[in-house]
Amino acid sequence: MPKRLNRSWGVDILLFLLLGGVACFMALPLVFTISNAFKPIDEIFTFPPKLFVRNPTFKNFTDLVGIFSDSWVPFSRYVFNTFFIAIAGTVGHVILASAAAYPLAKIRFPGRKLLFSIVVLSLMFTAYVTQVPNYMIISYLGMINTYWAILLPAFGMTLGLYLMKQFMEQIPDALLEAGKIDGASEYRIYWQIVMPIVRPAWLTLIIFSLQSLWTNGSVTSHKFIYSEQLKTVDYVFGQIASGGLVRTGPVAAVTLLMMLVPITVFIVTQSSIIQTMSTSGLKE
Amino acid sequence: MKQQIAKRPVMAGANAPGRGKPGRMLRSKAVRVWTEMKKNKHAYVLMAPYFLIFCTFTVIPVLLSFALSFTNFNLLEQPRWIGWQNYARLFVQDDIFLIALKNTLLFAAITGPISYMACFIFAWLINELPPKLRAVLTLVLYAPSISGNTYLIWTLLFAGDSYGYANSFLMKWGFIMEPIQWLQDTRYVLTILILVQLWLSLGTSFLAFIAGLQNVDRTMYEAGSIDGIRNRWQELWFITLPAMRPQLMFGAVIQIASAFSVAEISIYLLGFPSVDYAAHTIVTHLVDYGTIRFEMGYASAIATVLFTIMLTVNLVTQKLLGKVGE
Repeated sequence: MPKRLNRSWGVDILLFLLLGGVACFMALPLVFTISNAFKPIDEIFTFPPKLFVRNPTFKNFTDLVGIFSDSWVPFSRYVFNTFFIAIAGTVGHVILASAAAYPLAKIRFPGRKLLFSIVVLSLMFTAYVTQVPNYMIISYLGMINTYWAILLPAFGMTLGLYLMKQFMEQIPDALLEAGKIDGASEYRIYWQIVMPIVRPAWLTLIIFSLQSLWTNGSVTSHKFIYSEQLKTVDYVFGQIASGGLVRTGPVAAVTLLMMLVPITVFIVTQSSIIQTMSTSGLKE
Repeated sequence: MKQQIAKRPVMAGANAPGRGKPGRMLRSKAVRVWTEMKKNKHAYVLMAPYFLIFCTFTVIPVLLSFALSFTNFNLLEQPRWIGWQNYARLFVQDDIFLIALKNTLLFAAITGPISYMACFIFAWLINELPPKLRAVLTLVLYAPSISGNTYLIWTLLFAGDSYGYANSFLMKWGFIMEPIQWLQDTRYVLTILILVQLWLSLGTSFLAFIAGLQNVDRTMYEAGSIDGIRNRWQELWFITLPAMRPQLMFGAVIQIASAFSVAEISIYLLGFPSVDYAAHTIVTHLVDYGTIRFEMGYASAIATVLFTIMLTVNLVTQKLLGKVGE
């Protein structure tokens, strides 16, 4: 790390105190969810609720296993569905979006400004009203009740394209030209030069994409998917929650479990978003 | 590269269409564009899969909804064309829409800039820490966005009886004598909504800024210190921010879009509709018409108006961001 410029000590301490304070404030829901999952049923219902659990127990989790052991479709199927949709959707989205972002960022072809403005404009239309036309299109394509109904729209999420394009814009042209002089095709430049440089960007995109597919799998899936074989864990957990008060314990356990995967992915990717020296190949 | 059009001598009687200077320029421009396109065909190949999907699932639905806004559509029968009637009704007859408009603009004007700056400041602060600590702290700050419905905790905080945390705190210290109905009182609902939105706001833009800060070229800092940059603030303003302009633009668009589309938290926290429509936003108005009254055409018209507003705000922000670092 290069030597840091001067900054007064006081401001440093103040800023980090602020950071610490806000962090505690933001950590509340995490702490609450974790402690809720381990509370016996009488503690869940005390009002006002206590933040930390007095008599932690695993009963909620064992109850959960009991509920699932007599479901129509084996639980592992739901787990498989969720993982499949989340992973396939994320991989597809990251690759397709960055493949499309590279020409928009770096190649000068006719129509690029127009295309990009269309992309940005589409971000501003509320998703709510596009639901009905969306359903009509998906049913017209015959994809209702298949995985594609979720995967294909996921591949085309606008956020990914926008994020990748903004990052790719910053790559110095000299690197790309060096690649071209050495005879690389555009595809090779994209895959072997550009992608490694914008690593923080696609790592971030993986987080977004995974998280949105993991939790929103049910929001879209219950519009397009009817057969039990294809449903996701998220949807099933919603059904448990509608079992009423008796299920409050397992619901809390379930919320914690559902959060675990995005959090793990998050920690793993964040630790590896390291500095990339994008001028490392240049001597100027 | 632009190719020069060779000037040819004009023949007598050459006024037919397609001949003469404008006709020639049009044809050679078309030819020029086509050759550019053929030269860059790899670009189109790379973009094709994504844009195919994007067009089918994003562009076409948006165009369809835009078309729907000129119809009367109750989701059960075929849409019926009524022209500009929806828009006329929206601006002239719908009082609640005007309340919603005022609320949304106020809300966005406050939460937009604040959450944007908060995202950037926290990303900048976190960036200084070692990677493991950074990961944990980022997680903690991003947690409200991950944890789904946990903003419902705020209902406990601001519960209307004397057991709610806010009420019991204020009563213990003697600020108030009776519990305040926070979530029902029209004076406070908007403030509470703003608070909750700010709490939820360290999301997409926050992570994008963190990634962007990592991508800034380190040699520029060294060059800056040689050139006379004296302290961190100057470094921030003159080097970091201009280098991050694309990410700043991205963050701005996302924050604007989310500030204007706040609806879910309003519905879950404050009821639907909120008391006396005090916390009614444009999107809740839209959802009202779409879900409850089955007037999808009207809802589409509202969405189009919202879209125009967001577009304007975005253009203004773009101009402002261009001035960063000067």
